[in-house]
Amino acid sequence: MATVTHSKKACAVNPLKMSAPIGAALAFLGLDKCMPLMHGSQGCTAFGLVLFVRHFRETIPLQTTAMNEVTTILGGLDNLEQAILNIHKRANPEVIGICSTGLTETKGEDVDGYLKLIRKRHPELDETELVYVATPDYQGAFQDGWGKAVTRIVTTLCEPRPRTAWQVNVLPGCHMTVADIEEIREIIESFGLYPIIAPDLSGSLDGHIPETFLPTTLGGASVEKIRTMGGSAVTIAIGEQMRWAAEALQEKTGVPFRLFDRLTGLEANDDFLQFLSELSKDEIPLKYRRQRSQLVDAMLDAHFFCGGKKVAIGAEPDLLWQIGSLLTEMGCEIEAAVTTTHSVLLERIAAEEVLIGDLEDLEQRAAGCDLMVTHSHGRQAAERLEIPFLRMGIPMFDRLGAAHKLSVGYRGTRDLIFEIGNIFLANLHENQPDSWPLPQHERESLPC
Amino acid sequence: MSALSSKVEAVFDEPGCNVNQGKSDKERKKGCAKQLTPGAAAGGCAFDGAKIALQPIVDVAHLVHGPIACEGNSWDNRHAASSGPKLYRTGFTTDIGDLDVVYGGEKRLFRAIREIIEKYNPPAVFVYQTCVTAMIGDDIEAVCKAASAKFAKPVIPVNAPGFAGSKNLGNKLGGEALLDYVVGTEEPEFTTPYDINIYGEYNLAGELWQVKPLFDALGIRVLANISGDARYSDVAQSHRARAAMMVCSRALINIARKMEERYGIPYFEGSFYGISDTSESLRNIARLLVQQGAPQELLARTEALIASEEARAWARIEPYRARLSGKRVLLITGGVKSWSVVSALQEIGIEVMGTSTKKSTREDKARIKEIMGDESHMFDDLPPREMYRILKNSEADIMLSGGRSQFVALKAKTPWMDINQERHHAFAGYEGMVELMKQIDRLLYNPVWTQVRRPAPWEENS
Repeated sequence: MATVTHSKKACAVNPLKMSAPIGAALAFLGLDKCMPLMHGSQGCTAFGLVLFVRHFRETIPLQTTAMNEVTTILGGLDNLEQAILNIHKRANPEVIGICSTGLTETKGEDVDGYLKLIRKRHPELDETELVYVATPDYQGAFQDGWGKAVTRIVTTLCEPRPRTAWQVNVLPGCHMTVADIEEIREIIESFGLYPIIAPDLSGSLDGHIPETFLPTTLGGASVEKIRTMGGSAVTIAIGEQMRWAAEALQEKTGVPFRLFDRLTGLEANDDFLQFLSELSKDEIPLKYRRQRSQLVDAMLDAHFFCGGKKVAIGAEPDLLWQIGSLLTEMGCEIEAAVTTTHSVLLERIAAEEVLIGDLEDLEQRAAGCDLMVTHSHGRQAAERLEIPFLRMGIPMFDRLGAAHKLSVGYRGTRDLIFEIGNIFLANLHENQPDSWPLPQHERESLPC
Repeated sequence: MSALSSKVEAVFDEPGCNVNQGKSDKERKKGCAKQLTPGAAAGGCAFDGAKIALQPIVDVAHLVHGPIACEGNSWDNRHAASSGPKLYRTGFTTDIGDLDVVYGGEKRLFRAIREIIEKYNPPAVFVYQTCVTAMIGDDIEAVCKAASAKFAKPVIPVNAPGFAGSKNLGNKLGGEALLDYVVGTEEPEFTTPYDINIYGEYNLAGELWQVKPLFDALGIRVLANISGDARYSDVAQSHRARAAMMVCSRALINIARKMEERYGIPYFEGSFYGISDTSESLRNIARLLVQQGAPQELLARTEALIASEEARAWARIEPYRARLSGKRVLLITGGVKSWSVVSALQEIGIEVMGTSTKKSTREDKARIKEIMGDESHMFDDLPPREMYRILKNSEADIMLSGGRSQFVALKAKTPWMDINQERHHAFAGYEGMVELMKQIDRLLYNPVWTQVRRPAPWEENS
């Protein structure tokens, strides 16, 4: 429905997009006992680290190969080798997730080759998994980096195994929060199925207080569990960004997949639960029948306030699809949609235009809208335009509990609809004596 | 030798730096870039440093020439405050793609500058070089020169790509850009014998405004604060100051020394952290101004202000003495701040059970040793695991540090206070020390600590 256009500007103003390498690094942060390592200058790591610390309000393990001008020219083998050895010695993680950056990709580093050499030279690393993903900063966006990293994680660690009928894989996109992942797990388990979720940020970045201090991630999908994914009955991929990973896993292990492009909204969840019911040959649990009914009621209550409202959304494609579809289903009109990277979903969004652009573009198109939805960086624009602002996506650094925002499942959709409905409700325009003036010419022609 | 590497060498050969003065010729040649350990490094790059030093110039458009990572992952993440223009909080980047990497990004950069000038018309555009655009050979100096000529507006190249080195080096390279292209390009409408510059104060959380009223009371005008809450013209006119103060010594020493060399502006190194340090700094400013020809009576007025402000500060801190006396603080911060804050805390009876000296100079360390009595509580490097152990064993009542180690403290269920660049509270001058005590008190006595430390009932016996 939408025409997808690309910003013609030479200068991005107020970026919506973040880089692919840190998307990949976040995927690695969803693995247990993992140390993500960015192959680049130390700034590449420092910026990502600060960003995640501000969003999650947690310690973030993230390391760098600390490339400088000279090592960039001479090649980064030594730095990569030293970094891996140092990490192994100091933190002894089960897995080191390596992402390249613009710096090392411009040079043209052969990291796969380096890793073979390093493996050969250092048998002490035999117990440590090394997963490498190529993520040049100048290609794609955050969700692309996440998608690529998950693809490499499953293809590096999974092997075909004998099938277990009640075991299912879940590959969540990076737009799934900790709370979303917990909800999805609970729904799947309630059908008597056993989900293996990777990456699993709900294990590592959910804000728990561990009894000890570890320099690596603590919680998340373990290497051991990921290995068993090759023996699952099916893979559930959430978000188009996970298609590569689900396909790659299928190719490697034969596990078929079903992709859900979103789990927010009534129909989307009907499809999801119906699928689980067929898979498990179990009835839909009473709890979810009740929740569905609550959601329907919430939609009835909220539609008065949502209908006809104009919204402006700035989000990565999968999140844009998720929130945009819900708002459309509630009767809102998408006046402006700005995103970061290409996706097959963009054309299907119910807007005239979807622009791959920045927050300046969104701000220009959002004037007069009733709501702006984007990540925390939209705060300045929403303030200038004096329109209500709903924060969604990463980063969310000026609100507490970013990880625990729930928007999937019947219950999550219900609460999100309430949140949005309440914003509209709080901004209702009150009628004034001069709200309905007669046209100028009528007023002038009448004797007073 | 490239322009960048000769610049880096020159910055490392800083004669004004007291660390450098203690080195042999050979050591000095090597520069002071500490070799980073891959896989065990923390901290920002040179680009980050340049941005920290210059972005607080609030009316300028700061344009980052590079892939999305450099600006997209980091913009609007500091709290350098502005009293007016907000343009510095707008993120501008060329966001280069793979085609630019192949064909070069200079044309895109030129168009980006044009777009910014047409849409935002700032007094100047600062263009930051990054690793990728440096590697593919984009000549930002040439593009800036062409753009300056074409648009009749200062377009300033800041050549500090991330891989050139550390954040600290980037601070200095940022300073070099000001010296090369900005300082001395405009004349102030008028000058007074009381005009000063401050170097290295970024107005984080508005700290400049805690000390500016002191200057106002003395009739001292801050001609240019480089760079917190600065306007482009302030920096351009800063060569007409009579005297200068350099805070945060490691960052902009090259500016201080070269301003003295080129324009005869004497400077001293001081700090606004701590009561006695603030007083000492005011004295030094007055002394330098008088030495430069300001009327002698400034000295007496300064002493009178110090006396009344010190008394006012102590009176306000007094109520905290009983509550804070004997509390143990673990202080993790860099360089100058350590001893300033240590002495302030000790003045009201707080015990500093340990402090980091990672970024401190030899003189800093000597001074901390003098204040603390011995060296046993000085840590050169305190790994998070050890930090956690200290806090978990309740060897300290509160930790003061930067955001990086915040969660080490919180996971150990220990009060923590931010004293680094992301902080929201301002701790400068006399006001700042009152605020510091107030915040420590508020954190230490928050009732959550009893609740969060109590085990769940079912865990009590295990």
